[in-house]
This record gives sequence, structure tokens and C-alpha cells, in this order.
Amino acid sequence: MTDVVLRTEKLFKSFGALKATNDVSLDLRKGEIHALIGPNGAGKSTLIQQITGHLASDSGTVRLMNEDLSGVGPAERARKGLGRTFQISSLAMEHTVLQNAVLGALGKRGNVMSFFKPVMKDAQLVSAAKAALVQVGLAEFAAIRTADLSHGQRRQLEVAVALTLKPKAFLMDEPMAGLGLEGAQQMIALLTKLRKEAPILLIEHDMDAVFALADRISVLVYGEVIATGTPEEIKVNPEIRRAYLGDEVPA
Amino acid sequence: MTTLLFIEQMLNGLQFGVMLFLMSAGLTLVFGVMGLINLAHGSLFMIGAFTAAAVAAATGSFVLALMASLAAAAIAGALIELTIIRRLYDRDHLDQVLATFALILIFSEGTRWMFGSFPLFLDVPKVLAGPVTLPGGIEYPAYRLSIILIGLLVAAGMFALINRTRVGIRIRAGEADREMIAALGVDIAKLYTFVFALGAALAGFAGALVGAIQSVQVGMGEPVLILAFVVIVIGGIGSIKGAFVGALLVGFTDTMGRVLLPQIFALFLEPSAAVSVGSALASMLIYILMAGVLVFRPRGLYGVT
Amino acid sequence: MTRETLINVAALAVLLAVPLWALMADEPFIITLATRAAIFALAGVGLNLALGSGGLVSLGHAVFFGIGGYAMGILASHAQSYEPIMEAPFLIEGTKSMPMIWLVAMVTSALAALAIGALSLRTSGVYFIMITLAFGQMIYYFAISWPAYGGEDGLSIYVRNEFPGLNTLVPMQFFGLCFAILCLALLLMNAIHKSAFGLALSAARQNETRVLSVGMKPYHLRLVAFVISGAVTGLAGALFADLNRFVSPTMLSWQMSGEIIIFIIIGGVGRLFGPVIGAMIFILLEHTLGGLSEFWHVYLGALLLGIVLFAKGGVIGAFAGREKAHD
Repeated sequence: MTDVVLRTEKLFKSFGALKATNDVSLDLRKGEIHALIGPNGAGKSTLIQQITGHLASDSGTVRLMNEDLSGVGPAERARKGLGRTFQISSLAMEHTVLQNAVLGALGKRGNVMSFFKPVMKDAQLVSAAKAALVQVGLAEFAAIRTADLSHGQRRQLEVAVALTLKPKAFLMDEPMAGLGLEGAQQMIALLTKLRKEAPILLIEHDMDAVFALADRISVLVYGEVIATGTPEEIKVNPEIRRAYLGDEVPA
Repeated sequence: MTTLLFIEQMLNGLQFGVMLFLMSAGLTLVFGVMGLINLAHGSLFMIGAFTAAAVAAATGSFVLALMASLAAAAIAGALIELTIIRRLYDRDHLDQVLATFALILIFSEGTRWMFGSFPLFLDVPKVLAGPVTLPGGIEYPAYRLSIILIGLLVAAGMFALINRTRVGIRIRAGEADREMIAALGVDIAKLYTFVFALGAALAGFAGALVGAIQSVQVGMGEPVLILAFVVIVIGGIGSIKGAFVGALLVGFTDTMGRVLLPQIFALFLEPSAAVSVGSALASMLIYILMAGVLVFRPRGLYGVT
Repeated sequence: MTRETLINVAALAVLLAVPLWALMADEPFIITLATRAAIFALAGVGLNLALGSGGLVSLGHAVFFGIGGYAMGILASHAQSYEPIMEAPFLIEGTKSMPMIWLVAMVTSALAALAIGALSLRTSGVYFIMITLAFGQMIYYFAISWPAYGGEDGLSIYVRNEFPGLNTLVPMQFFGLCFAILCLALLLMNAIHKSAFGLALSAARQNETRVLSVGMKPYHLRLVAFVISGAVTGLAGALFADLNRFVSPTMLSWQMSGEIIIFIIIGGVGRLFGPVIGAMIFILLEHTLGGLSEFWHVYLGALLLGIVLFAKGGVIGAFAGREKAHD
């Protein structure tokens, strides 16, 4: 299929006797949000780390635009177009919001070994960064120290930094975590727009958000994908209802 | 080189290694349990040596001197833990480095102020002054042999303490998870003071033992401290076993390097050049060993990856 | 102008005014003290890039200070004795020209920083501290046991080296040279701080994962910072050796490494002018307390302990408040 952006093929990862990732084959297609759900300890974070290259897989491959990423480190994978947001905000807290976004834009441009030109006066980088901040709704906070942002704003900034990389695929690890109702709704609105920029592989615990956003859902249990389908299919799948969703399924 | 000489040098290496273990054990525990890098550990070594020299001069008893050195270093350790060190556990490494560097300045100058700048001498006890004849006809100084035996005994004691006792279980739990042992109701503050004082006592004891074979002077602790760091980097932070293996490796490598390298270079260089190249290289050998370990095992031989 | 800028300008003004006053009052020794302060400040400015911006607690920076010193000592001693340093495969002769010596000092200390950094930066945190300290000790012992250039006794140079158009033996002229170099180094560090590299380097200190996930390698950033840092500290070493017309293994000792860190801490970590203010205060203390008691290190230790435990921002932190996050 030509519209597959990111694909994992038969990924395995064990920690001792624990099979954290067991034969996971997934794909992420152009324009979609593909949600990955599963109970705690199902191996979602391990899988994301294998995709981003922070953890080496025991076997299997990750392909981005059909390019095999085996042996490619996390920094190169980011440059090749994997835009990641983290479960726990991972930002340069002493820098301003704008500086964090410029850092992303700089990563995209490359050539970080530039020692004399003031980076915050680089029109190209700053305008790319500002555009990303506008997209997530943080434009007016550009000059604030990141440490002074609210929790929800930091999540938005995470997304903005990922955006500056102009990624081919987003990997988002619980972007709603810790957001209030209003924050979650803002984030849902943001992600709905973002899928046009690049498809999103979304790990999320907030089932309302998942069913509101996802085009497809994969269910991960004990490191294994037990089902993939549209939200409607997942909702009515009796096995999943039994194994995992229980009565949490929204009516 | 004759076999006899070789064995004698091996014993010297062992003696040096054992002494380094006494220094490293405390350092590695303090880092493993409390996450603290303590530059002032060398000062505790010095305190042990000075106490031993002063007590031996006053009483004439070497045993009393050793016991006094243990006590003085343990008390000094407990005191600085209670007043200063415990404020540093939650600080970053830079703060720990600076504060303990400040302690070195205070201890060194304080000692200079009390004892003056001239080195003191601590005599080897009379019973151990001569050589003993080992199986195979090797003559070896009885005092150095005693250091080896005492050091090995202490090492065995440390392993028993860590692996077999309640305190040891708590120490190991503390290395794994601080919050967990707090939850278990262990008084963490007391445990930390104990571990720090224990490490201090070992360092002071090492200082006293070594004080009888080299001069006792201000600044004697820091070179040993840095060697202990090399030991810990090689062995892996937090591991008593790593400290032991690392200490012996460093002890042997350094001692044998100093003996063998000039001889090896003498095979193809003229004598004076061989000595200078050989000894210059020998002085760098343990650091080269450390670099080698770093390339292959950045967390040390027994470090947690 | 922010309050920090004001403090910075004042610090430079004082550093320049004191020797000018000493010149008029005919107190050449004071000029020498000011020169020492300027050189120590330069060494600290070098370390500050690694320590302040990069978060790399190097306890081995005396290596670069000492290598710079020995670069001066070796080149000048060969020029003094008219013996070439080597003849084969090609001829290298000593020199008395400061610019040439500075170049050699910076290149050799940068190479040493590259080697030490490449190994040490494979680790982090407390390992890094211990390893830089250990490599420092390695070079120190090497200098002691290598007899060709004085070994433990060090190396004396009879006449200060030459700089075109100046008489470097006149204390004020040599001070001017050191002061100018310090100012250039501050300009350079200021530029780096604001550059793309500076942004990425300090982001790597704050959050390594962040830097990785935007496609940059913290290891490379840190190694480059370490090399630049070593080169600047090496240049300071060459000047220091020229000031004393003497170089010895003491310049390579771990105490020296500790002192370079102290300059930074007294002034304020990560502040551009932290080492300048710190070195000036250090020299002032050394001179005044050292005059009162030969055990002045006790007071230095107590002061340092006080700063670490109670006044983390150093002098600049105390007077200028929290660093502004943006510019």
C-alpha cells in the first residue's frame, strides 16, 4: 500500500522472561489517527521506544516511508521524520517557550554547529517556531519560561516542538494525561487538525478521547496486538469487551 | 627477574590493592546508598593516619593507635555527615563536589595548623618490624604481610555485613530504592549516618596502616582518593565486589607496571631512556586500564547498566 | 540594561581600574595581582562553557591549564637554548612569539580535551567527575615522571615571551594583553551562548531526551563544548606560565582544577561573568586573608561551603536575582 507511512513488522522485545513486545505488526496510514490502547503494563511505552529507537528490538523491523530504520539511532530517526511527544513533559525548562520551539526548528534544519549567529535572530527558525506555537495556541506565551507554564500548556508545547520537525509521522505518548476536561477538549481539537499534517500513532488512556479521535484502534495486551479495527469494530468486539474494555465502553 | 622477586612484587601489589579496597569500599557504598560523591574521603584517610601517629607517639602502643584511628575517623565521619553531608543528598553533583572540596581545604589546613607542615612518622610495631620467611624461602616484611591479612579480613567482614546481616539488607535495599526502605520503617537518617561513619572508619584505618610505611603528612589522602575513584570507575559504582576486584586490579597493575615496564623498555632502548620512558608510562598505566574498561564497559565491571 | 549587565560592566571596570591606579601609585605588584585575576578569569571562562552551559562537572580542567603552560614552557625553553624540539622527520624549533605559543597552547589543549572528552563523555554524572579527575591525575604524574622538561621541579624561562609592538616585561602592558584576551573570550562565549550551538548545548543539559528527539546528539554537542572549553583554559595556562615565567606540574594538579571551579562558583554558575567576578574575589581573598594567616584556605573552605549550602547563585545570583530566561 502506498499510503502507509509507518509500519512495524514482527517486532519482539523481551526483558528476561517478560515478553514486553510480542510479534507486533502495525501500520500508520496517511491522514489517520491510529490509537494504541491496552491495560497498564501492556507494553505500549516499550513499543513506542522501539519505534523511536530508544530501545533496540530483539527482532523485527520498523519502516518509515518504506525505509528500514534498523540500526538507526533516535536522533537520526527524529531527523528522518518521527515526531515524538512524551508521557512526562520533556522540555528544556529554563528556556522560553519560543526557545524550545526554535530548538525543534533547529533540529529540523540541521547545522547545529553554528557558533556565532544569534539563533533567536534567525528569521527562518523563529518564524517556523512561531508558526508551530500559533498552531497549538501558545503564541502569546512565547516569551514565558517553560517552567512557568501550566501542565496543559507544556503538553501543547510538546506538540509544537514535534510540529517544528515537520514530521512524517507523530508518535504521541498520552498527550491527554493530567489534562482537565477543558484541556483535553482543546487537545482533541488540536490533534483532529494535526492529522492532516501527518498521521498520529496515539497512545492514550482517555477512552473518550480515543473513541472521539481515532480512525483505527489497536488493542495491545501482554505485548500482543489482539485486534485492530475501526472504533465501531472495537466497540462491538466481544473478546475485547471481555479482555479489556469491560463496561468502560462509551455507549 | 627472578621468580622470588616476582612473587615479592605480586605481594606488594596485593598489599597496595587491599589498602585501596579499604578506601574504595566506603566511597562506593556512600555513592551507592546515598548517591553522594565525597571528595573529603581522603581527609578521613589523613585523619586516621595523624591520629594513629599522635596516639602511638603518646602511648607507644600501635594497637591503641589503630583503634584510635578507627574511632577518630568514624567520629569525624559521623560529625560531618550530621552537620554538612546530609544537606547534600538532594543536591546535584556539582554542589556535592564543591562542598566536599571545601571540607578538604578545611581539614587539610586545620591539620597543618594543629600538627605543622612537617611530616610525622609512625613506626612499625616491633613484633612486625622484621621479615618473615614464606613457604618457598621468600622473605617478606611481616608488617606488609599483616596489612594484606588484615585487609582481606576486613573485606570478608564487609561482604558478610552486606550479604548476611540486617544492616546489610537495609543497605542493599537503600541502593535499590530509597523510598521503599523508608516505607519499611527503616530510619533512613540513622542508616545514612552509619554507612558514612563506616566508610570513614575504613578510610581512617587504611590511613593508619599506611602511615607506618610512608610519612604521615597533609595532602596524603587525595592521591589515594583519586586512585580509589579509578578503582570505583573500573569496578562499577555501588558494588563492593567491584571495589574489591578493581582495587586488586589497580594494585597489581600499578606495582607490576613500575617494576616491569622499565625492564621491558630496556630490551630495545638504552638504559637511561628505558627508565624514563618506562617509569613515565608506568605512572599512567592504571589510567590507561581505566580508559580501556570505559571503552568496553562504561558502567564498570560490576556496575548496573 | 539589566542589573546583571550592570554588575558585569562594573566588574570589568574594576579589573581595569585597579591596575591603572596601581600604575599611578607605582605598585607593580598590584598590577601583577590584577593580571593573575584576569588569567584565572580566562581559565574559568573556558571551564564555564563546559560546566555552566553544558552541565559537565569537569574536575580535570587543570590538565588543559597545565598543557597550555607547558606549551609555553617547552617552546620558550627551546628558543632559549637554540635547540630545535625535533629535527626529523621535519624541523620544529622553539619560539618566543606569544601569538605562536598561544596557537600551539590552544591546539594541544584542544586535542587533549578531544581525547579525554571522547572517553569521559561516554559516561555521565558522578562517573564523569571521577574520570576527568583521574585523567587529570594521569597527566600530572606523567609530567612529574617525565624528566626532559624539569619533571617535578618544573621549567623556568628567563625572559617573558614577545608580542609584536609591546614590551611584555612592563607589567601594565602584559596586563593589557591578558585583559584584552579575556574580553575577546567573553565576547566569544557570549556569541556561543546565543548561537544555535549554545541553545542546543544548554538544552542538552536541561533535558537530554528532548535534544535527542529533535534529532541532535548530546554527545557531539558536549564534546565540542568540552574541546572549546579546554582550548580557552589552555590559552589561560600559557598566559599564566608567561606571567610567572615558570611552569611546573602544580599547574596540572587536581587542586588547580578545584580552584578553577571555585572561581566559577564564587561568581555564579552559568553566568557569563561569573568566573571574572569569582577570580577577582579569589585573588582579593588570597591577598588579604593570605596576609592575615598562612592557613587562609580554611577561610576559603568555609566561604565555599557557605556559598554552596546557602547562596547557590554566587555573587551575581545574590545581586542580580534569577537569570532572565530569554534575550
